[in-house]
Amino acid sequence: MLEIKDEARGLISHGVSACHGCGLEIVIRKVMDALDDDVIILIPPGCAALFSGYCKETNVKVPGYQGNLENTAASASGIRAALKAKGNDHTTVLCFCGDGATVDIGLQSLSGAFERNDKILYVCYDNEAYMNTGIQGSSSTPLFAATTTTPGGKKVRRKDLTQIAIAHNIPYVATASAHNIADLQKKVKKAREADGPALLHIYAPCPTGWRSNPAKTIEISRLAEQTGCWINFEYEDGKVTINSKVKELKPVEEYTKLQGRFKALTPEQKVALQEEVTSNYNATMKKLQFMSE
Amino acid sequence: MQNQQEKPTKKLQKCSVLGPVAAIFASANTGSWRLERPEVDFDQCIKCGTCARYCPPDIITIDKTKKECVSFDWNYCKGCGICANECPKKCIKMVPEGSEA
Ligand SMILES: Cc1ncc(C[n+]2csc(CCOP(=O)(O)OP(=O)(O)O)c2C)c(N)n1
Ligand code: SF4
Ligand code: SF4
Ligand code: SF4
Repeated sequence: MLEIKDEARGLISHGVSACHGCGLEIVIRKVMDALDDDVIILIPPGCAALFSGYCKETNVKVPGYQGNLENTAASASGIRAALKAKGNDHTTVLCFCGDGATVDIGLQSLSGAFERNDKILYVCYDNEAYMNTGIQGSSSTPLFAATTTTPGGKKVRRKDLTQIAIAHNIPYVATASAHNIADLQKKVKKAREADGPALLHIYAPCPTGWRSNPAKTIEISRLAEQTGCWINFEYEDGKVTINSKVKELKPVEEYTKLQGRFKALTPEQKVALQEEVTSNYNATMKKLQFMSE
Repeated sequence: MQNQQEKPTKKLQKCSVLGPVAAIFASANTGSWRLERPEVDFDQCIKCGTCARYCPPDIITIDKTKKECVSFDWNYCKGCGICANECPKKCIKMVPEGSEA
C-alpha cells in the first residue's frame, strides 16, 4: 500500500518538478480531479512522467505503469484484459500521453486499440513538440513554429489527431483546453463512461518550449481558441457538438506574438500563417457542422 | 540510488502488486524555485476563486469567511504568476521573493 510522506488534497502531490507555469500540470490535475481513485494510469516517457515520480517515490496516489513511448495504448489494452480476467469491470484505464507519444511514435498501437474497441480512456496532452527531450518538432507542431529540429520554423502543417480517431469509429472523441476547466472535466467524465475507447485531445501550453511568459499560459490557451488555432468540440456516438463559440476570430498575431517560437516569422510568413489558420478553421468548422447534423 | 529492478516490493498487502513499484507518495519542495511571490490586495479581492482554479501546483486555498480569504502554500508555490495574470480584479501583484510584505 502507499506510504504517504507528504499529503495532498487531490490525487496528485503538490510539489512536482514540472516547469513553473506548465499547462500540462494544470491539465493532469483537472483530469484526475474529474475522476476518482478507481483508476490505473499509464504514462509514457515525456514530461508527464514527472508525475510518475522517481525511484521509490511517486506523485500520484493511484497505481501507475510507465511503458515505452510507442506502446501506451497496447499496454492499456493488456491491463484492461487482465482486469477483465479478474472480473473487474469498474476500474478506469487511463493513458496520459504527450503529442509525440500519440501522433507520431505511439500512433500504430493507438490505432490497434481503437480497432479492437478496447475500453481505455486515452488523453493526449498537446504541448506541440517533444518537450522532455529538448523541444524537437512533432507532427503536432504547428506551421512555422520553431523547435530545435525545425529551427527556421516548421515547413508543413500539423496532423489532425481527432479526425484520425473518428475514422476508427470509436464511441467518444473530444478536444478540450487548459483554460476551460468545466468543459474539460465534463468531457473526462463522459469519456470514462464510453462503451469502448475514448480519446481526449487537450491543448496544454508549454512556456519552456514555446518560449512564452509562464504567467501567460492560460491567456495563451484562451487566445488559441479565440484566434481559431484550436477548436473545442466533442464527437459522441457518431455526432459532433461544437463547443467553441467564437463570434469573430481574433488576428493570429495576438496569439503568436506572445510566443518566442514564432518570433522569427517574416511579414510574408505572418500573412501565410493567418491565411492557413483561417482556411483550416473554416474547413474544419464546415466538416464539424456537417458531422453535427 | 536504489535499483528498483533488483528490489521488488516484498510485503504484499491488500493489492496484488508484484513490483518493482514506487510506493511512497511524496512531494518536492518546489517553493524553493520561487523568484517572485504573489501578494493579494484584500480590499479589491471579490473571493471569486479564479486564482485557485488555475494555479498549476494547486496550492491556493480560498476561505470565504475571512477577509484575508486567499492563502498560499509557500512550500510549493513556484512563483509562475498565473494567479496574478488571471485574477479578474488584477488584485494580485508579483513581488520579488525575500522582499518585505
Ligand atoms: C522510441 C523512443 N524514442 C525516443 C525516446 C526518447 N524520449 C523520451 S521522452 C521523449 C519526448 C516525448 O515527447 P511527447 O510525447 O510529446 O511528450 P512531452 O515530452 O512533450 O511531454 C522522447 C523523444 C524514447 N523514450 N523512446
Ligand atoms: S517542458 Fe513544457 S510541458 Fe514539460 S514540464 Fe516544462 S512547461 Fe511543462
Ligand atoms: S504564482 Fe503560480 S504557483 Fe504560485 S500561487 Fe500563483 S499560480 Fe500558484
Ligand atoms: S482571483 Fe483575485 S479576486 Fe478572485 S479570489 Fe483570487 S485574488 Fe481574489
